[in-house]
Amino acid sequence: MEVILAILIGVLYAAGIYMILRRSLVKLILGIIILGNGANLLIFLLGRVVKGSPPIIPADSDVFQSVYADPVPQALILTAIVISFGLQSFAIILVKRAYKVVKTDDLDEMNAIDKDS
Amino acid sequence: MTQQLVLYPLLLQMFLSIVLMFCWRKISWQRVISIVGSIINVGVSIWLFSYIWENGTQIVLAGNWKPPFGIIFVADTLSATLVLLTAISGLAVSSFSSASVVAARLKFGYFPIFHFLLLGLNGAFLTGDIFNLYVWFEIIIISSFVLITLGGEKAQLEGSVKYFTLNILASMIFLTAIAVLYGLTGSLNMADLALKVAAIENRGLVSITAILFLVAFGIKAAVFPLYFWLPDSYHTPPSAVAAIFGGLLTKVGVYALIRVFTLIFVGDQFIENIILIMAVLTLISGGLGALVKNNLRKVFSYLIICHIGYMIAGLGLFTEVAIAGTIFYLIHDIIVKTNLFMVSGLIFRMRGTNSIRNLGGLYADYPKLSLLIAIPLFSLVGIPPLSGFWPKISLIIAGFQAERWWVVGAIIFASLITLIVIAKVWASVVWKEKKELPVRLNFRYFDKLITIRKAQMIAPMIFLSLVSLYIGFGAEHIQQVSSRVAGELMDNQQYIEAVLGK
Repeated sequence: MEVILAILIGVLYAAGIYMILRRSLVKLILGIIILGNGANLLIFLLGRVVKGSPPIIPADSDVFQSVYADPVPQALILTAIVISFGLQSFAIILVKRAYKVVKTDDLDEMNAIDKDS
Repeated sequence: MTQQLVLYPLLLQMFLSIVLMFCWRKISWQRVISIVGSIINVGVSIWLFSYIWENGTQIVLAGNWKPPFGIIFVADTLSATLVLLTAISGLAVSSFSSASVVAARLKFGYFPIFHFLLLGLNGAFLTGDIFNLYVWFEIIIISSFVLITLGGEKAQLEGSVKYFTLNILASMIFLTAIAVLYGLTGSLNMADLALKVAAIENRGLVSITAILFLVAFGIKAAVFPLYFWLPDSYHTPPSAVAAIFGGLLTKVGVYALIRVFTLIFVGDQFIENIILIMAVLTLISGGLGALVKNNLRKVFSYLIICHIGYMIAGLGLFTEVAIAGTIFYLIHDIIVKTNLFMVSGLIFRMRGTNSIRNLGGLYADYPKLSLLIAIPLFSLVGIPPLSGFWPKISLIIAGFQAERWWVVGAIIFASLITLIVIAKVWASVVWKEKKELPVRLNFRYFDKLITIRKAQMIAPMIFLSLVSLYIGFGAEHIQQVSSRVAGELMDNQQYIEAVLGK
């Protein structure tokens, strides 16, 4: 399980960074989304994957009886998902506005800021 | 009353933004609420600072979870100082923007977002939890995205695409670094992390995590190989926005670098050398960039980058004298950079352009205002006894003591370049003969503003210039503050004991 997840995270990071390095703005957004998912899965993996033992203390005991899944990474991932969701929706609107105003989605042609150097 | 004092600056800013959102269309109300609220905020921050100064580091446990569990807010002298500086710059920019930002922008929620930005800044300075720091960073960047795009001009959108991409990439790297750190230690509390990271045997992994943090905060702080987004975006939004960005946003990156590399990743010679090399290259490349630019705000943007190098150099030298120099420089730089971008906004209002080639004759038309402009410009160079001079002494002494001559050389070289740049700006903007510029239609020149708007633009500059003069002439007091901060930072046991109570 860990090995599969590790490979998947590696692929997601590589794909995300490759997409961000492209000149097209749409691919930039896709890259950000993929990279965000990779980071979330990384937190999940590094919080140790434990199968079938939720962090619930049995009614007849005061402490945990065995190895349990760490709940903190899930809280972190949830927070990170919500934040990146907000940022991604902002990114989509920004790219749409930029496309309407500049009339291109090629980063190399966005050079109005360099004219008045 | 003082039990939750650490949270007051945060709660006040949040309260202000919510109140401002209820007055969405009533711009004149928003102006009053924002300025009055900012004045109260300065009062609260002074209260917090003096309380911390007398009683030492204070903590607030969210939900009363005992550390290292749960989120914790920690106010040591460094945090309290930065919260106070944020409040001072915030007040100045709040007054400046109510006069200089056009009503069309104010109608789309400029002030609520501005106070959310200040909320994020205060939160980042006060939190003691590394994941919570990430969340505050996100609040800062999402507010800054709105502020930088508000208005939607062509150059603005192009600049914000670059600003957006690099900042979101930095956040992803930061999140990755947190994930790896959590995997290594199983903790998020910074004081607890300091203990657990020191105990890890696999130092290679720790170094890699440190590098991830260095890159993430390096992008935010705009250090050498990672600064290219800054000069492409900082000159596009209104100058009030550029003032708060230039004064405070890059400094959050510097603060995070200082916090992480004096508390969690300490004593790694390899990392310290990398930080020093980055600092030297930042000093040189930022200075050279400022030398060749013609747009006033681009010149100031490159000077931001150049002067980040001083602070990072102090962090890299990592002696008590050097850290004191870094803190002093941070205090000086926040005030001066905020003031400088407001100056560029004022000049734009007077002439309708920021191109140095076309400007001129400011002294002939506005002699008193030119003298006012001189204060931040020459404080930035550090002509004694103005404020930029004193921290450089500490940094150079620390460089000599550590026998790192190349760092001392770069510091002196960058000071020289800053002097040349500022002399060039002064000569061609203030002294050169006035050029006849085409009159811009539908543009409200400074002369045509009503008196209260003029006062709202000039008053914050006088205020910040007075603060700058105090930092220069009352350098003894600032040196006391920065020495105490340096003492606290160099001995990270104090922070750990204050948080974990051992």
